[in-house]
Amino acid sequence: MSARFTFDNRFLGPILITAILVAAHLSFGILEGYSRTGMAIAVAIGAELILGRLTYGRIPHLASAYITGISVGILVRSPFLWAYALASLISIVSKYALRYKGRHLWNPSNFGVSAVLFLAPATVSLLSIQWGNTLWPMVVIWVLGAVIVWRVGRLHISATYVAAFLLFSLVRSAVTGNPWLASVAPITGPMYQLFIFFMVTDPRTTVHSHRGQLVVVVVVAFAEMLLRLAEVVYAPFYALFLVGPASLLVESWLASRALTLDAAPSVGVR
Amino acid sequence: MSDSTRQRALWLVWSAMLLASLAAVVVLNGRSAGTAAPAFSHVERPGPGGTDALARYGFVLEESARRLGVEFVHQGPAFDKQLDHIMPQVASMGAAVAVADFDRDGWPDFYVTNSGEASLNHLYRNRGDGTFTDVAAAMGVADVNAAGSGVSMGAVWGDYDNDGYDDLFLYKYGRPELFHNDAGRGFTPVGERAGLPRWINANAAVWFDYDRDGRLDLFVAGYWSENLDLWHLSTTRIMPESFEYAENGGRKYLFHNLGGGKFEEVALKLGLASRRWTLAAAAADLAGTGYPDLFLANDYGVPQLYLNQGGRAFVEAGRDTRVALAPKSGMNAAFGDIFNDGRLAIYKTNISEPGVLVQANDLWVPKKGGPLEYDDLASSLGVDLGGWSWGAQFGDLNNDGTLDLYLTNGYVSAGERSSYWYDFAVIATGHSAIIGDAKNWPAMRGRSLSGYQRKRVWLNDGAGRFTDVAQVVGATDTFDGRAVALADFSNSGALDVLVANQRGPLLLYKNRVQPGRHWIEFELEGRSSNRSGIGARVELQWNGRRQVQEVSGGSGFSAQNDRRLHYGLGAMTSIERAVVRWPSGRRQAIDHPTLDTLNRIVEPE
Repeated sequence: MSARFTFDNRFLGPILITAILVAAHLSFGILEGYSRTGMAIAVAIGAELILGRLTYGRIPHLASAYITGISVGILVRSPFLWAYALASLISIVSKYALRYKGRHLWNPSNFGVSAVLFLAPATVSLLSIQWGNTLWPMVVIWVLGAVIVWRVGRLHISATYVAAFLLFSLVRSAVTGNPWLASVAPITGPMYQLFIFFMVTDPRTTVHSHRGQLVVVVVVAFAEMLLRLAEVVYAPFYALFLVGPASLLVESWLASRALTLDAAPSVGVR
Repeated sequence: MSDSTRQRALWLVWSAMLLASLAAVVVLNGRSAGTAAPAFSHVERPGPGGTDALARYGFVLEESARRLGVEFVHQGPAFDKQLDHIMPQVASMGAAVAVADFDRDGWPDFYVTNSGEASLNHLYRNRGDGTFTDVAAAMGVADVNAAGSGVSMGAVWGDYDNDGYDDLFLYKYGRPELFHNDAGRGFTPVGERAGLPRWINANAAVWFDYDRDGRLDLFVAGYWSENLDLWHLSTTRIMPESFEYAENGGRKYLFHNLGGGKFEEVALKLGLASRRWTLAAAAADLAGTGYPDLFLANDYGVPQLYLNQGGRAFVEAGRDTRVALAPKSGMNAAFGDIFNDGRLAIYKTNISEPGVLVQANDLWVPKKGGPLEYDDLASSLGVDLGGWSWGAQFGDLNNDGTLDLYLTNGYVSAGERSSYWYDFAVIATGHSAIIGDAKNWPAMRGRSLSGYQRKRVWLNDGAGRFTDVAQVVGATDTFDGRAVALADFSNSGALDVLVANQRGPLLLYKNRVQPGRHWIEFELEGRSSNRSGIGARVELQWNGRRQVQEVSGGSGFSAQNDRRLHYGLGAMTSIERAVVRWPSGRRQAIDHPTLDTLNRIVEPE
C-alpha cells in the first residue's frame, strides 16, 4: 500500500462521532442548541490544550479531547450551560489527576458524565431518547461503527459487550418478569451507540490483552445487569465507571506479580 | 525545580482542580434546582395562609372547595383489559375545568369534567355569596359519560352563535358534543347537527375566530388516533412510536363556523395536518398580524406553532421561530406578558424527574424586533423545574402589576415508596417496534410515577426573576394535578385558583390579597367581533408600563380561565389608558378607566 493511502487512525473516532452527531441532529434534532454542544467541545479542547501543554510541555493531539467534548455534548441533558462545561472540564482533568503508573484510569467522558449525573441529579440527565422511528439510521451507525472499531482492532470488545448485554437481558427479564423486549430496549437507543463504540473500546482505559479485554467487557455487562436489577437508570455508565479502573489496577497488579515471579527463580538459581 | 517535583506539583494542582470542579457541580446543582437557597429559607414558615406570607408576598391561598360547596372527586376511566398492566398511565387524563359566567348573572361559574364510565360532570353555579351549587344535572350537562360514548377529557366555553350566552364544547376520548346554551336556563346537545365527527380521542380544544368573520371557530386536537376505541382494542400496537419523535397520534380538526349552527371541518385544507400527540393548545396573535396563531404543546415530540396566514391558511413555523428545536413531552400552552412590554411569552410544561430525566419546562420569550423568533428563558427566570408538570396559568396573584405563574404537577401517585421510573426510562429509549406496542411495556404494579409532587407558585418580581412561594402561601396539596384555571369568583379583584386533579378532589384556592393593592378587570363583549370577545387584546398603560392580555378560548392544560381580564396594579391609584383591539380590527381606547372594579366594554357598532 502506498504511503498516500495511509490514514491516521486517531481521526477515525472524531469522524465517526461527528457523523453520528450531524446525522442525528439533521434527522431528528437531538441537540437542544449548538451553544451547549459547542460549550462542551470548547471546554474539553481548551482544557486539554492547557493541561497537556503544562504537563508534557507540548500541545497534545486533540482527537481525544474532541471526542470527549462531543460525547459530553450529546450525552448530557440539562437546561444549564454549566453542566456541559463542568462535565467536559471534569472529564479532561480526570485524565491528568487520576493516574496510576502513568495511565489514566477512567475513560474521560465516562468519568465526567458519571460525575455530573451522580452529583447533580436535579439538573442533569442523560440523553435517553430513541433514534427516530426507523431502524435504518441505527443500521448505518452500527455498520459504520463496526468498520471503524474493527480497523482500530477493537471490534471484539464491542461485539462481546453486545452479546453479553443481550444474554444478561434474558436474565433480567426472567428475574423481573418484564417483557424481554423491554429489557433489550435501551440498546436500540443512541446513548448506547456512543457507549459501545467509544467508551468500552477506549484504548487508554482498557486492559492490554485480547482475552483480558473480553473478560473485562463481560464483567462490565454483568455489573450493568446488577445495577439495572437495582433500577439504576444510568447503569452502563456506572458499571464502566466501577469496572474499568478496577480492571486496570488488577492488570497492573498481575503484571507486577509476573515480574516478581519471573525475577524470583533467577535469583534462586543464582 | 526538578522535573519530578514539577510534575508532582502539577498533579496536585490538577487534583485540586478536579475536586473544585466536582464541588462546583454540587453547588450549582443545588442553586439551579432551588434547593440550596430557597427564597423563603430565612422566613419562619408561617404555615399555609399565615399573616407573614400575606405581608411578605402580598397574598395567601386557602383551599376552600368543600367549605364553598364544591365536592367533586375525579374518577378515571378503565380501558380495554389488554392495558391493565399500564392503566394508571394510559388512563391518566380527564380532570379538566373551564370557567364562564354561563347564566350571565355577573358571577363566574365553572364546569368540571369526570372520566369514569357513567360518572357525572359537574357545573358549579356561583351563587354570588361565595358558595357554589352543582346544577349540571338540571342543565343537562351532567350525564355525558355513558358507556359506549367515551369519557370526558375537557371542555371550553364560547358563544358560537353570538346570542350572548356561552355555549359549551365537550371533548372526550369518544363522541364529542356541542351544547347550546339556552339563555342560561339549560343546554341542548347540537353536535350532530353541527357536523361534529362521531369519535375523537382529544385532549385539547380551543375556541378562536381564525378568519375574523365574527363567528367563533373551533380547534380540536386528537391525542390517540381517532380510529381507536380504547375500550375495545383489536391490537396493542397503539402506543407512541417514539418517546420524542412520535407522529402516530390523533389528527387535528378545525371546525369553521358557517353560521346557523353549522360547522365545516377544514384542518387539512388550511394546513393543519399534524398527527402529533397534542396535549394542549392555545391561540393568540403571536406574530402581530391581527390574526390568531395557534400553539400546540405535543407529548412525545416538538411543539408546533401554526402562524395564521390572514385567515386563509396556517403555516407551521416551530423550527423557524426556534420553539421546536428540542423534542420534549409538552403538556401546557399558556401566554403571558411577563415583562410588561407587550410581548406574549409562551409557557410549555414538560417532564423533570431528578436523577432520570430533566427536560425542563420552556418559557419562550419573543425577541425584540426582527422576524418572530423566541428564546427559552425558563432557566434564566427560574421557572424551568416543576417536576412532571401539567397545567399552568399566568395571572397576577398578588396584584403587584406583574404576571405570576401557577403550576400543578404529578403524574401517578400510587405506592409511596416504589417508583416506576426505571422501567419507564427503559422502555422510553426503545425503538418504535418496542415502545409502540403496549404489551412490551413493563407492568406498573402499583408503583408511582412522579407522584406526590409539590406544586409551584412562581412570583414574578418584575425584574426578571420568578420565586417559588407555593408552600408558604398555602398551595400545599400533592395530588396529581392536571388543569389550572384562574378566576375572580367573588368579584373582589383577587384571582382564585381552581385545580382539577386526576383521580382526586377539585381544589378551589381562595385568594386573599393584601389590602391596598389595586386592580382592574375588563369584561369584553363583541359586536362585529364574536360576542365572547375571544381574541380581543387589551393593552393597559400606566406609569410608563404596559401590559397586554388577550381573551382566551382555552389555555393551559384542559382548562379555560375566566374570559374576564384581570390586571393587578400595586400601589397605582390611576391608570392612563386601556386600548382594546377587537378581533374585527377595530380599536377602542378608554381613558382613565375605573380602578378596583370590573369594567364592562362593548365593542362599538
